[in-house]
Amino acid sequence: MTHRETKVLRVDSLARVEGEGALHLRLDGGRVTEAHLKIYEPPRFFEAFLRGRSHMEPPDITSRVCGICPVAYQMSACRAIEDACGVTVEGQLAALRRLLYCGEWIESQTLHIYLLHAPDFLGHDSVIDLARTHPAHVERGLALKQTGNAVMELLGGRAIHPVNVRLGGFHRVPAKGELRPLAERLRRARDAAEATVRWVAGFDFPDAGCDHDFLALAEPGTYAIGAGTPTAMPAPGSAGLPPDSDRALSLRTFPVRDFPEHVIETQVPHSTALHSRLDGGRHLTGTLARYAISGRWLPPDVLRTAREAGLGDPREGTVCRNPFRSIIVRAVEVLYAVGEALRLIDAYEPPPRPYIDVPPRAATGHGATEAPRGLLYHRYTLDAGGTVTDAALVPPTAQNQAAIEHELRRAVQHRLDSGGHPTDAELTALCERVIRNHDPCISCSTHFLDLTVERE
Amino acid sequence: MTVTPDPANPDPAVPVRRPELAVWKFASCDGCQLTLLDCEDELLGIAEQVRITHFLEASSAPGPGPYDLSLVEGSVTTPQDAERIRRIRAASRRLVTIGACATAGGVQALRNYADVAEFRAAVYARPDYIETLATSTPISAHVPVDFELRGCPIDRGQLVEVITAHLAGRTPDVPAHSVCFECKRRGTVCVTVAHGTPCLGPVTHAGCGALCPAYDRGCYGCFGPSDSVNFPSFIPLLRRDGMDTLDVVRVLRTFNTAAPEFDAESRKEARQ
Ligand code: SF4
Ligand code: SF4
Repeated sequence: MTHRETKVLRVDSLARVEGEGALHLRLDGGRVTEAHLKIYEPPRFFEAFLRGRSHMEPPDITSRVCGICPVAYQMSACRAIEDACGVTVEGQLAALRRLLYCGEWIESQTLHIYLLHAPDFLGHDSVIDLARTHPAHVERGLALKQTGNAVMELLGGRAIHPVNVRLGGFHRVPAKGELRPLAERLRRARDAAEATVRWVAGFDFPDAGCDHDFLALAEPGTYAIGAGTPTAMPAPGSAGLPPDSDRALSLRTFPVRDFPEHVIETQVPHSTALHSRLDGGRHLTGTLARYAISGRWLPPDVLRTAREAGLGDPREGTVCRNPFRSIIVRAVEVLYAVGEALRLIDAYEPPPRPYIDVPPRAATGHGATEAPRGLLYHRYTLDAGGTVTDAALVPPTAQNQAAIEHELRRAVQHRLDSGGHPTDAELTALCERVIRNHDPCISCSTHFLDLTVERE
Repeated sequence: MTVTPDPANPDPAVPVRRPELAVWKFASCDGCQLTLLDCEDELLGIAEQVRITHFLEASSAPGPGPYDLSLVEGSVTTPQDAERIRRIRAASRRLVTIGACATAGGVQALRNYADVAEFRAAVYARPDYIETLATSTPISAHVPVDFELRGCPIDRGQLVEVITAHLAGRTPDVPAHSVCFECKRRGTVCVTVAHGTPCLGPVTHAGCGALCPAYDRGCYGCFGPSDSVNFPSFIPLLRRDGMDTLDVVRVLRTFNTAAPEFDAESRKEARQ
C-alpha cells in the first residue's frame, strides 16, 4: 500500500455469534499492529459463587453459563465431581449421557451451520434472508436442528438447561420403547445431515490455513465426545517437525488432572475473558482440532462422505487447517452424531437404576468433555461434607481467543497486502467471518480463571 | 403474506407496515433468546409478520429503531448496561423481559449476597480491569416493563404467545398459578406425596409444564415465585422432607435469587 495512515477500525457489536463481543483493529501504514477481539460481556462470577454450594448443584448451575451448550457444562461438571468422589459412570448410563450429548452436537452444530455461518458464504445478513433465496435448505436445517432438540428434550426434559441430568447419571431413564420415535426421526435426519455435508462442501472457500497447535480429547477407537485424554497435535513446522508433516506420530497427551499445568490462563486488559496458552503456545480447540485428532476413528460411511466433501482422509494423515472449511467438518460431525445416536438407541437396555450414588469426599476432581465448540474443562475441590470450596471452568472460547486474534491479524494483513484499498465495511465483514469460523461462544468465555495463575 | 395492522397506526389510508421486533442481551447465557431460534416451526412465520430489526445472535444487519416490541434478555450488572437499558426503553413502544435474568436478576444475582470485590479478586488476577456493579438487578429495577416472561429458560410456547398477543394488541395469556396445577393437569404423581422428595412446585410459577416431577425430581424453582406463595406452610414441608436451613436458603437462591418473594424468604431463613 502506498498511502500511510493510522486508522482504527472498530466493530462494536459482533453479530451472529453467541454472546457479545467487539473487535478492535489498529492499522499503521498498511500494517496491522493490533487485532483485539474484545469481549465486553459482563462478568457473571460463576467460579466465585459455586463455592459454598453442594456437590450435587454444579451440573444445574453451570449449565446456565451457556444456553447454547448446557449439556457440555453439565457433563464436564459431572465428570469432575465424580472424579473427586472416586466414581466412574459406565455402561448404559454412560451411553445415555453420550446420546444426550449427541443431541446437543446435532442441535448446536446445525444452529451454527445454518443460522450463523452459511449466510456468510451466500452473502446474506441472516437466516431469515437466507430463507428467501434458499427456503428448502433452511427448512432442512431447521428440521435437523429440531431433531437434535428432540433428543435433548426426551432425555433431558428440555433442550435448553435440561433438568434430567444428575451426578451419577439421570433422575429418570427412558424405557426402551420411549426411544423408538426418536430413532424414526434420526433415520430421517440422516438424509438431511448427508445433504448438509454436500451443500456446504459446495460453498466457495477462501484459501487459508492456521498454524496453531490443536487440542482435543482423544478416546482411541471412537470419536471423543464426553470423555477422553487431552491430546495435542503441534502445528506443522513447530518444534522440529518437518513443515508439512501433521502426522499422528507427533501427538502428545497428558492426563486431564494435569490440565492446569498445561493450559495456563492469563488475563488481558481488553477482555473479560481470559486468554490461555497450551504449554506456552497458541492453540485451537474445537471442530478442526477434533477432526484432526479423532477423525480417523469415524465410521467408514462418515469418512467416505467427508472424503467426498473434500476433507481428505484423516487415516492417511490429512488434516484440514482451513478455518473457513470448519463448516464442512461441523456438518460431518452432525452426520456422525446422528448415526451415533441411532447406534446408541439400538444398543440401549434400560439400566437397573437411573443413577449410581456419588458420596462426597474431600478431594479435587477434574473433568473435560468436548463441547460443540471445543474442549471444556472443569475442576472442583470438595470438603468431606460435599461442599464446593474451589471451582475452575476453562471454556473453549477462552482457549481459542489468542488463535482467533492471530487469524484476524493474518487475514487483515493478507487483505492489505493484496492491494487496493479495502473499505472498513469490507474489512469488518472479513473479520466477522474469521471469528465466526470458530463458532465462538462469547457468553461462556467470560467468567473464568484458572486459579493457578494467582498462585504463581 | 399476512400483514397485521399496526395498532398505533390504524388509519387504513396509511399503508400498513410490519411491526419491528428487537432482541437485546444483557448479562445472561443466551438461552432465552435461543428459545426464539428454537421455535423452528414458527420462526419463519414470525419473521413474516414482524420485521426482526435487531437480533445480534441471528442477524448482522441491525436496524436503528424505534422498535414496536423489544424482548430483553439478561440482567443489569454494569454501569454501561444501566444506561443502555434506558436508551432501549426510550426507543421501544413495548418492552418485555424474557427469562429469570431479566425478570429476577438471574443466577448472577448471587453476588447480591456477597462482597463483589472479593468475587472479582477470586475470578480475575487483575480485578481492576473488570468493571462491574455490586448487584445484578432485573430490568424492572431500571425502567418500566410492560410484561415479564418467567423461566430459566423461558418456555417456547409462552414466548410465541407473548409475541402473537403483542401483534394482536391483546394481553398475553400466561397463567400465574403454581407448578402444582401443571402436575395435576399432566397427571404426574406428586413427588412430595409419593416419595417425600422436596419440591418447590407449590411456590413456583407455572410455565414449564411441570417438567421436573415428570422426570422424577423435585422442582427447583427455575420459573421463580408464583403469584401466591405461602411460605409459612410450605417451608415446614421442605424440612419434613429432609432439607435443613442451608438447603432451603440455597434452593431459594439459585436462578431467581433476586425475585422479591424468594429473596425475602431466603433472608428470613438465613437469619435463623
Ligand atoms: S434466564 Fe436462564 S436461560 Fe434465560 S438467559 Fe438467564 S440464565 Fe439463560
Ligand atoms: S419443574 Fe420447576 S425447576 Fe423444573 S423446569 Fe419446571 S419450574 Fe423449572
